[in-house]
Amino acid sequence: MTIDRLLEGLRQRDPRAIGRAISLVENGDESAEIILSSLDENLVSRATILGITGPPGAGKSTLTNEIIAKLRHQEERIGIIAIDPSSPISGGAILGDRIRMMQHATDKDVVMRSMATRGRLGGLCATAGAAVRIMASCGCSTIIIETVGVGQSEMDIIRLADITLLVMAPGLGDEIQAMKAGLLEVADILVVNKADCKGADILAMDLEAVTRKGSATPTQVCMTVATEGKGVTELLDRIDKLDSEHRDSGERQKRRRGAHNQEVLDWCLEILRPQLLDKIIKRKLSVLGDPRLKAKKILEEK
Amino acid sequence: MTEKIKKNRVLVGKPGLDGHDRGAKFIAQALRDAGFEVVYTGIRRSPEEIAAAAVQEDVDAVGLSSLSGAHMRLFPAVVEALAKAGAPDIPVLGGGVIPEEDIVELKAAGIVEIFTPGTPIDTIISAYRDACEKKSTG
Repeated sequence: MTIDRLLEGLRQRDPRAIGRAISLVENGDESAEIILSSLDENLVSRATILGITGPPGAGKSTLTNEIIAKLRHQEERIGIIAIDPSSPISGGAILGDRIRMMQHATDKDVVMRSMATRGRLGGLCATAGAAVRIMASCGCSTIIIETVGVGQSEMDIIRLADITLLVMAPGLGDEIQAMKAGLLEVADILVVNKADCKGADILAMDLEAVTRKGSATPTQVCMTVATEGKGVTELLDRIDKLDSEHRDSGERQKRRRGAHNQEVLDWCLEILRPQLLDKIIKRKLSVLGDPRLKAKKILEEK
Repeated sequence: MTEKIKKNRVLVGKPGLDGHDRGAKFIAQALRDAGFEVVYTGIRRSPEEIAAAAVQEDVDAVGLSSLSGAHMRLFPAVVEALAKAGAPDIPVLGGGVIPEEDIVELKAAGIVEIFTPGTPIDTIISAYRDACEKKSTG
């Protein structure tokens, strides 16, 4: 596909062009710059970016599937970026989030993309951010980023979101697990999924207790049974309410700016990494001595 | 200049009503271990669903598994669905319990490669690698 045809395809919101464009950005292709500067910034700034995170098996994909169904009812065009880990050994990945969302596979207004972390320290934030922009520019008014919230890079991605949901389920560990993970701090809304299962009420109480401490505005807890679609309407109402509060208070803008800075930093590192590695290799450094000092020296030289 | 990181992306799925996914999962994991990014769509998918997912995910190849005997209808249907979705260049590979005489016909219908039980996994991986690389240069 030539770049002109690709740009035309993006204007037409052609799924093939959207898929291709995201790949090119993800693969660090030179055409990424042309693609990303051709986007409709207006649509990008209007879209709502929803982050959905939580431990494996909590029901994130199933909940996402239900959210899509409800939003499609309101005729919204939706983008989904589902992130799964790459194997640090082989570099491969199984991207399995689609399994729970196949009912929307042939819906032209549901644009979905699975993304592997590819073991990059930062880069993922830059690529996921670019995918968000491409989807928003192609008319997606809500974009969902779904990720297992464990590693640092996943946490960084969640910063791209305007509103973040943390999905938990009973039976995945006690409230100490939640405190450990550090996830509670990034979440705007806590969701206890599988609310029909034993221990859901206790989990909700525990979460409320953990988040209430020292905070004037305790994080809200929502109960859902994603497999049956229960509680999802109420959840969406809360998201809407919070989103408009954030828009009014300037919180949304603040977060967008933070996310943007993070993305720029990510791109800086992406660009610098190979250059620096090249410099380091050329120096044929001895294995003795302080690596930190050597790093400083390399950075200081013009 | 940013670092170029091209990964082979494939979709593995099962078209039709056959629920026996052991083979598909085995292939998906073998490909993952060989460094592929595998979009796994699971069982009971229509050819159109598979094609739409392949387009959105911009995969380099599609792998299908069938153990129910419906391969003669379903494998070519995925090839057609891909063409209809504007992606005739995405190669389709297949595997399962498939009689020798069907393989010729399936290849004539555009399936790049067919693997029957007992095929060494390395053969399958290298066929996928070839298909992916051919597609991205072609």
